[in-house]
Amino acid sequence: MFENLSLLTLQQYWYFIVSLLGALLIFLTFVQGGQTLIYRLGKTELERTLIVNSIGRKWELTFTTLVTFGGAFFASFPLFYSTSFGGAYWVWMLILFVFVIQAVSYEFRSKPKNLLGQRTFDVFLFLNGFLGTILLGAAIGTFFTGSQFQINKLNLTQLPQSGSPIISQWTGPAHGLEAVLNLTNVALGLSLFLLARILGTLYIINTVEHDKINQRARKDLMISSPLFLVFFLWFLISILTKKGFAVDPATQMVYLEPYKYLHNFLQMPIVLILFLLGVILVLWGIGLTLFKKSSRGFWFTGPGAIFAVLGILLVAGYNNTAFYPAVNWSLGEGTDTFNTFMQSSLTIQNSSSSHYTLTVMSYVSLLVPFVLAYIVWAWRSINKVKVSEKEVEENTHSY
Amino acid sequence: MMQIDPSLVDWSRWQFALTAMFHWVFVPLTLGLSIMMAMMETMYTRTGDEHWKKITKFWMTLFGINFAIGVATGIILEFEFGTNWSNYSWFVGDIFGAPLAIEGIMAFFMEATFLAVMFFGWNKVSKGAHLTSTWLVALGSNLSSLWILVANAWMQNPTGTTFNPDTARNEMSNFWEVLFSPTAINKFLHTTASAYLLSAIFVIGVSAWFLLKNREKLFARRSIVIASIFGLFFGLYTVITGDASARHMAQVQPIKFAAMENLNYGRENAPYTAFGFLKNNADEEILKDTKLKIEIPNMLSFMAYLNPHAFVPGIVDLVYGNKEKDIMGVNEKIEKGRLAIEAFRVYKEAKNEGDVTKADLAMNVLNQNYSYFGYGYFTEAAQAIPPVKLTFYSFRWMVYLGFLFIILMIYFLYHGIRDTLGKHRWMLVIAIIAIPLAYLASQAGWVVAEVGRQPWVIQDLMPTFAAVSHLEVSSVKLTFWLFAITFTTLLIAEVRIMLAQIKKGPNHGGK
Repeated sequence: MFENLSLLTLQQYWYFIVSLLGALLIFLTFVQGGQTLIYRLGKTELERTLIVNSIGRKWELTFTTLVTFGGAFFASFPLFYSTSFGGAYWVWMLILFVFVIQAVSYEFRSKPKNLLGQRTFDVFLFLNGFLGTILLGAAIGTFFTGSQFQINKLNLTQLPQSGSPIISQWTGPAHGLEAVLNLTNVALGLSLFLLARILGTLYIINTVEHDKINQRARKDLMISSPLFLVFFLWFLISILTKKGFAVDPATQMVYLEPYKYLHNFLQMPIVLILFLLGVILVLWGIGLTLFKKSSRGFWFTGPGAIFAVLGILLVAGYNNTAFYPAVNWSLGEGTDTFNTFMQSSLTIQNSSSSHYTLTVMSYVSLLVPFVLAYIVWAWRSINKVKVSEKEVEENTHSY
Repeated sequence: MMQIDPSLVDWSRWQFALTAMFHWVFVPLTLGLSIMMAMMETMYTRTGDEHWKKITKFWMTLFGINFAIGVATGIILEFEFGTNWSNYSWFVGDIFGAPLAIEGIMAFFMEATFLAVMFFGWNKVSKGAHLTSTWLVALGSNLSSLWILVANAWMQNPTGTTFNPDTARNEMSNFWEVLFSPTAINKFLHTTASAYLLSAIFVIGVSAWFLLKNREKLFARRSIVIASIFGLFFGLYTVITGDASARHMAQVQPIKFAAMENLNYGRENAPYTAFGFLKNNADEEILKDTKLKIEIPNMLSFMAYLNPHAFVPGIVDLVYGNKEKDIMGVNEKIEKGRLAIEAFRVYKEAKNEGDVTKADLAMNVLNQNYSYFGYGYFTEAAQAIPPVKLTFYSFRWMVYLGFLFIILMIYFLYHGIRDTLGKHRWMLVIAIIAIPLAYLASQAGWVVAEVGRQPWVIQDLMPTFAAVSHLEVSSVKLTFWLFAITFTTLLIAEVRIMLAQIKKGPNHGGK
């Protein structure tokens, strides 16, 4: 079935899957967003327990999606995995670190003898929600703004006496952390943080039965929503108006194209519709909650976030675009050294796995609908009853 | 031209070892305890006896605490292939990435999703659906280990792979050869069986503590019976699969096998060293002598080839070659490796120039010598020797402890069934001491596997030092200490929480 597809089709299929996983991950950061709201929405111990027990039952899902996102990227685009993780070391290490401290915090926070005390674990949850989303956003921002790295596969022929066989060199000054110096990246980082917070608020409104928490959540939404719009529009306008990293399909040469990402949207109307639908759903869910006092906003904003993020990621890699650009502005735009530097950029074609591996992995991807099906079943089973004092009391397992 | 800083390689290795060993503190218990919990819950569903439910929930609480820190350490490991071993990730990512991705899609989601149902679904789904969820947690965690061990086995014995000079990397040519490589099967069976044994020891040790305190006798006895049946079966299975693994290692990684035994000079009728101390050899810098040794005659030949008279090559034969036995020395392999690397360079050059004849010629040389590619990066033959002392001692401690545990299982099964568990109180103390020893044995096993295969990250194809990411040593040092301090703190917290939960006992319903 898959073996007869062309390499390019498989590459596009896998870029879609990886983007979908990325979009699902961003949707699932409602857990992270919720973690930054524990003390804002919960003023008593009980209130905080309710909030933690509401978002906490989903933390593994976000975590697993992050791990699978990494694994799938590795399997389908190993050159990205090698270049970005090995190069933008600090940004990824910090993201991972805040997920490490998250993983234990739910289980440990309310258990006796937990060494650090409940407050510390709650701070860990906050750090994960705050830094995790912002850094993830800044890292995704570099898909549009580029990073400083060089790849030379011929380095593999260097013997240790004469040189180093390592193929990639990161020339960015802070091994990845320089991403946060770029305003476009920061705008995306803050957008994702605020989106996570909005989703967290909506999820808590949807699942927790507690009037005061509910009221405070709606109040918080009034602040985070407009802020989100500001940063999101900032990011959107900046990528739509900037020069993008285009690839000549015939020669595979990378060059700068004015309004590249705008062109991509216009040249791929399905992606544009997907993206706009996503944005509308995000706003719809927020509107329903704020103006109609509905508690079902999560079910609009959530899918909306998936569609919008998917649209953005597809625009970064489809339509002859380098999804992980190598760029060094200090070399002077248009100069030969600048253009040569840019040729290290990663495209879905030059960074992917072989036809054989992508075929194998495509068969594996047939499992995804089953995985989604049992996740939906488990989600519904657990969320049947709203989280309330009584529910947490009756449950033998609580955070 | 920039060269690789040896201390960068060392710190990157330390960091990987640190995260891997911390991760392995939590994984084996997850693997075995999940199955035992499912067995216990099956007893509950079958008999309707509420006491079985309490037992199940007690172990589930401990499982949850352990699981959380297991994934916390696991996520670092997965990404470290990219962050710290980026050259590796490119060179073999086409093969190595697949099992990691499949692990996520096929196994980790199953484990994490049904874990939530297992913990929060008691009053929300039917008894049958709950039991199924618990079994799926067990299945998910064990499938996880399958894919990760397939990935590890492939590094030890890279099968189903060809080098593609056009893309400058190794590519998968046969998925089934990767999945069903004998190395992968042996590794999976041996590692999981030993993890089940460890979990059984954990359950027995905790139950023994209750018996010493004269508490929860029914709980303790039931737990011990289930655990000792499970532990005895898989303890014996660990021995069988360990034996098969060693035999397989003698074929595909002979120098690791020789290092594990400190066999310097190859011989027929090679004895197995059951006990001994290693001392540096006075004359030969690269060799160690085994002092005060107790040997079992012909045993090593039998272990390696199922023939007590077979010739087992030693370190000297493997490093300097042995014409008589047709063993190629490392220097010759280095030459062939350099031919391969040079041919690869010429091939790329020819492709650039559009010179087809030159490219074909280079391709030919490359194909002939590719299986020695990694040796080309060596500067001297002795680099091919793994650290002998650590491998030798780790292997021995793993084996001693393994046999001790089997005796323990027989004892507890016998007394558990006859309901005479309190008869020898000192045996209950030994059961508690056995818990840390089981962890020690398990870690020692990984030391044999991973230290013993040095200097290779991929056997014969890529030495560890050529696999690193180009980072400042200070960055890696900093992350090493960051993780060392974080993981140690979390481990201390975990142990304290576990102990507090154990003290509460099974009558608190896991709260």
